[in-house]
Amino acid sequence: MRRPKIFYGQLFFTLVVCAFLIVPAILSALAGVTENFFVGLKSGFTFRWIIEVWELYSETIYLSLLIAVFCLIINLFIGVPAAYSLARIGGRTARIVEEMIVLPVAIPGLAIALALIIMYGGFRDFRISWSFILVGHVLYTLPFMVRSVLAVLTSTNFKILEEGAASLGAPFWHRFIYVVLPNAKPGILAGSLMVITLSVGEFNLTWMLHTPMTKTLPVGLADSYASMRLEVASAYTLVFFVMIVPLLIAMQLLAKSQRQPKKLIQDEDAH
Amino acid sequence: MSSNATAVTLHKCAKTFEDGTRALDPVDLAVEGGETVVLLGPSGCGKTTLLRIVAGLENPDKSGEVWFNNDDVTELPIEKRNVGMVFQSYALFPNMTVAENVAYGLRVRRMSKPEIEARVLEMLKMMRITELSNRNIDQLSGGQRQRVALARAIAVRPRVLLLDEPLTALDALLRERLRVEIDSLLRSLAITSIYVTHDQAEAMALGDRIVVMSKGKIVQTGSPREIYNTPKNSFVADFIGTVNRIPFAMINGIGSPKGHDLVFRPEDAEIVEKSSGQFNGKVVNSFFLGDRIRLIVDCGTSEHITIESFQRDVIEEGDEISIRVHQDRFLEIN
Repeated sequence: MRRPKIFYGQLFFTLVVCAFLIVPAILSALAGVTENFFVGLKSGFTFRWIIEVWELYSETIYLSLLIAVFCLIINLFIGVPAAYSLARIGGRTARIVEEMIVLPVAIPGLAIALALIIMYGGFRDFRISWSFILVGHVLYTLPFMVRSVLAVLTSTNFKILEEGAASLGAPFWHRFIYVVLPNAKPGILAGSLMVITLSVGEFNLTWMLHTPMTKTLPVGLADSYASMRLEVASAYTLVFFVMIVPLLIAMQLLAKSQRQPKKLIQDEDAH
Repeated sequence: MSSNATAVTLHKCAKTFEDGTRALDPVDLAVEGGETVVLLGPSGCGKTTLLRIVAGLENPDKSGEVWFNNDDVTELPIEKRNVGMVFQSYALFPNMTVAENVAYGLRVRRMSKPEIEARVLEMLKMMRITELSNRNIDQLSGGQRQRVALARAIAVRPRVLLLDEPLTALDALLRERLRVEIDSLLRSLAITSIYVTHDQAEAMALGDRIVVMSKGKIVQTGSPREIYNTPKNSFVADFIGTVNRIPFAMINGIGSPKGHDLVFRPEDAEIVEKSSGQFNGKVVNSFFLGDRIRLIVDCGTSEHITIESFQRDVIEEGDEISIRVHQDRFLEIN
């Protein structure tokens, strides 16, 4: 297929922009495995910075993962039924509720954090525990789960499916588990990946809410850039990448498989 | 008519929706056990609403009652009524195979696995889709999906079978073929069935009785023959088959006591010699349909007359013809 000249021009431009974004990231990652950043790769390849990161900051990695998992669990139990209710009710009420759920995304993380501190700062035990951060994360990620599931539900005409299941005698819980949920699965899966990714990477909110005992990975990262050697901070970033990139790739693959429509076999009725 | 079959009775069932639309005026309907009743009418006439009230998907306005034999089921939701329903869009579950779809109602009833398998196989054989057992729903053609929908609805041995325009989504040829199959299926099952359609040919072919509806009211109830030969008013006459109108003043020798238009069916008109004709016209269009000819004739009325004739004469556009309708073939309409 002969491509027009402008295609190569556009391709070049795209590659340059990608390089502009990716090269610094690669350099940063490289710095994490180099003996001495300012000397460069010539100084030698080493894992000592990564080991140091682990010794200093392993708790932050565990905490980030813990919060992400709990955030996901809460999202599943709150977000999926919420999306289902909104899809069932429809109309203006549903739209208003949806707007309210999405609000935390529009408001700066710092503002949400301040609001939480003002409201619940008085409950000391709660304030200094990691569940305080969890609350912030749930507020921030819930709209993504709800939106994701809602989108899939509204596109599958699940109300008719539910009527079909009901006509066969299925009570609400049976058709919810065996008909609605399986058909909402793509939305739930996409929403879940998004929730985990967002939670692991969340900084604005967590920075305001954290205490020295409850540091997550991004907070520790900022810490290390402020107070540690560049190589340590870079190694830390590398660890972060290794955690996040597989998740992002999984999200991409999932989105791609959704977009491919299944073929309908239009064979002639044999009878 | 099986004595075990369920009779369905509706008393004064009306339906007004939340936004104020009056979908159904108070309506009474009695369906005998084992009978197939067709609800026929144009879109918006309330036929689907009526079906959904029988199903339990909609509640009638207060004081409306739905009875299955001697049980008042008005307050029962659809899950508890033991009906089988076939939807216009089939409502097949995309996350299950054909066999799993058919088995769903049986699983809900917690039948044992071997019982379920046996019944599913029986249903697939009855609908002649055994080879599709493990296919996914989105791999099926329209006609195949329809058969799966029927198999699934019948598998649970429902008291009443409700069909909401099941053939509307299919092409004409397939529709005719499946119409015959559904007809023999309903007869062999001897199950009480209520069938909704806007296609009058379908209604005539399938119904033991037809209920013609318009704008939320029942206009006429009767056998296909009664509805066709003695329509109560012009709406029914127009909706079922084609109908011609002639102002009576035009016709020699025919007296209409009330001074109405004279109404007759295309196949009741005869092409005759000029001397024995009641009125004349000029052929505007001529269609050779194999076993008969269909002529569109301009007789000077506001709408052209349609005539169908089995005579073998060759009649073409532009010909002048004379037409005669036998006295008692005129329809009496108020």
